[in-house]
Amino acid sequence: MPQIEIKSINAFYDKLHVLKNIELNVSKGEIVSLIGPSGSGKSSLLKMLVGLLIPKSGKIYLNGNQVNFKNQSDLRTIREQIAIVFQQYNLFQNMNVLKNVCIAPTKIQKRNPKEVNEQALTLLEKVGLKDKLNSYPDELSGGQQQRVAIARALCLNPQILLLDEITSALDPELVKEVLDSIRLLASEGMTMLIVSHEMNFVKEVSSRVVFMDEGSIIEINNPKNIFEKPKEKRTLDFVSKILKEK
Amino acid sequence: MERLIEEIPNFFTIWNVIFLAKAMGVTFLLTAIGCLVGFSVGGLLAIFRKTKSIYLLPLRIFIIIYTEIFRRVPFLVSLLLFFYVFQIIKISDDLFLIATITVCIIATAYIGEIIRSGIESINQTQWDAATAMNFTYYQTLREVIFPQAWKVILPPAFGFFIMFIKDTALASQIGVMELTFAAKILNNKGFSPLLSFGTILILYFILSFPLDRFGKYMERKLASNRN
Repeated sequence: MPQIEIKSINAFYDKLHVLKNIELNVSKGEIVSLIGPSGSGKSSLLKMLVGLLIPKSGKIYLNGNQVNFKNQSDLRTIREQIAIVFQQYNLFQNMNVLKNVCIAPTKIQKRNPKEVNEQALTLLEKVGLKDKLNSYPDELSGGQQQRVAIARALCLNPQILLLDEITSALDPELVKEVLDSIRLLASEGMTMLIVSHEMNFVKEVSSRVVFMDEGSIIEINNPKNIFEKPKEKRTLDFVSKILKEK
Repeated sequence: MERLIEEIPNFFTIWNVIFLAKAMGVTFLLTAIGCLVGFSVGGLLAIFRKTKSIYLLPLRIFIIIYTEIFRRVPFLVSLLLFFYVFQIIKISDDLFLIATITVCIIATAYIGEIIRSGIESINQTQWDAATAMNFTYYQTLREVIFPQAWKVILPPAFGFFIMFIKDTALASQIGVMELTFAAKILNNKGFSPLLSFGTILILYFILSFPLDRFGKYMERKLASNRN
């Protein structure tokens, strides 16, 4: 049974049809990358999975249970199991690093503060920020902020992690430190959906790659094939353009 | 100048001092009640105006109409309007009560808008992050939005409070015995305008200066990100 089952999903921003008939299954431990030009619906797909964009039609199953997006308790359930890291990090500016990581587990999930604190310290050490516990987001570099955001998402103990273009706001020299953190997670078997423009990274970590364009999924393939011999012409156009730029 | 100095002992008699102190108390009370009610009710209006629930739609419409009307009507006009409405429906002829109610209604509309714009100054991404982590609307406001919004809300809010101290002078138009009205009476009694209005100028300053300092203190305390 797939962990996430997305069945003919359609979603809109006002009148803009951003997701068209999306069909995608993700199994436990899989790393699925979403690639495609800007505005192709990759980020919207991730936002929908945490209920920040409510689909107009279609069905989503999480661990075999259908998610009713109109039901608050269903939304709470998916948000407990799926965590998202945003392109702009979205750290809470009024809290230091440690509080950013601990607030949702303690105040929202009502877990034991001491236990959460320990977990937060372990996670921040893992992403290499143990010496920045008391810093505020505006005192950190983009790469550091993004790693705090990753630790914050992981501290929620999600089953699935969504990464929305997490390196695209970063300077090239900072990209590596963030990607290293993700590689570590990948090696630990976390289910992940990754929107990324780092094609080499996508090729390296993904189990499967999804190419999207204008709100539709054009092709789903393994990372080797999608870059070397894609089935669809639009994929080929996109991939060859991207690889040429590199 | 000599006349002025001659006048001073006669001006600061115990009765006049009590008279002015009472008037100052009225000005202070009008401002304090207006600002406190305005800040708390205005805050609630701002919070409800941003809600999305369909059940609260009538409340949102009411809030919008209320703020848009009372922010546009001159204070004096509202004051006179309430004065006559109260007289017609005979609820009360207590001038202080009428002035207080008017002051609260106006302050609520203004401060509500200041707080709303403060809330809206916080980037949507902060809401998204909180929502994705299962924060409710009110938890997001309390933990994330307000701690960041204070520094946008407080300077104009305290600016409004200080302006408001002076605006309460308009209550003299319906006969509320506050500072400006008291000065007029002393002037009519024969004291020179310079002395009468000069005195209340100082008294207005004494009222507004601590408020200004308090505002600065609150800004430092609440507005810093480091809390």
